[in-house]
Amino acid sequence: MSDFTADSELDCKGLLCPLPVYRTSQAMGRLAPGQVLKVECTDPGSLADFPAFARQRGHALLSASALDGVQVFYLRKEAA
Amino acid sequence: MTTAVRTDAEAHGRTERARTEARAHGRSDPARPRRLALVASKGTLDGAYPPLILAATAASLGWEVGIFFTFYGLDIIHKRRHRKLKVAPVGNPAMPVPVPNLLGALPGMTAAATAMMKGWMKNAHLPDVAEFLDMARESGTKLFACSTTMGVMGVKEKDLVPGVDIAGATAFLDFAADADVSLFV
Repeated sequence: MSDFTADSELDCKGLLCPLPVYRTSQAMGRLAPGQVLKVECTDPGSLADFPAFARQRGHALLSASALDGVQVFYLRKEAA
Repeated sequence: MTTAVRTDAEAHGRTERARTEARAHGRSDPARPRRLALVASKGTLDGAYPPLILAATAASLGWEVGIFFTFYGLDIIHKRRHRKLKVAPVGNPAMPVPVPNLLGALPGMTAAATAMMKGWMKNAHLPDVAEFLDMARESGTKLFACSTTMGVMGVKEKDLVPGVDIAGATAFLDFAADADVSLFV
């Protein structure tokens, strides 16, 4: 369970690098500042990639968790 | 004479100090987007993916990206050849079923190795080379076609996929001079 409410969700299960980050980047582009995106991944590299993506893009990674091989990320778009 | 030598040494010292300071303070202009400069030199299927994956990733991070396609790497942006890139089993000890080099040279072995890798890519839902090129163009990645390679190999502008910049090494180095990451793959 998560304390965050997502404005939008993205299913990247079954996708490998670079697709999860590529699609997340596109999805974040459709959000307004302050909105939150929930992303689900199964690429084990995602646990390292999503904190790096958030740092590079200046988004806030609110939460990163992994359960039963599925990683769940909540990203908040920051004002540009 | 002596003065001139000392002046050179001082100038050199200043340059080194400037470089040291730049290193200490990080990037000269933090507002500038980061930049990735890649040289794609291989015309095999397995050689095409690493630069295309790195380019798509960097673009997703908001970086500026440029790829210089040179020598056999030019095949990656060749209209006809980019759909026919192959995996070479000869001299490739990393094949999943180790193929003795002599057998790898038999007719059909290259096609088999290529089909196998295309199968992996499809099963992993990874884009093919053409789709990666579309992603690169959509994200504004600069695709530099090496003009020397074009001249050496008789490749014309009409032979290349749309949206490429024909350029010499000078134009690429001018782009790469401001790169934060530069890789030859």
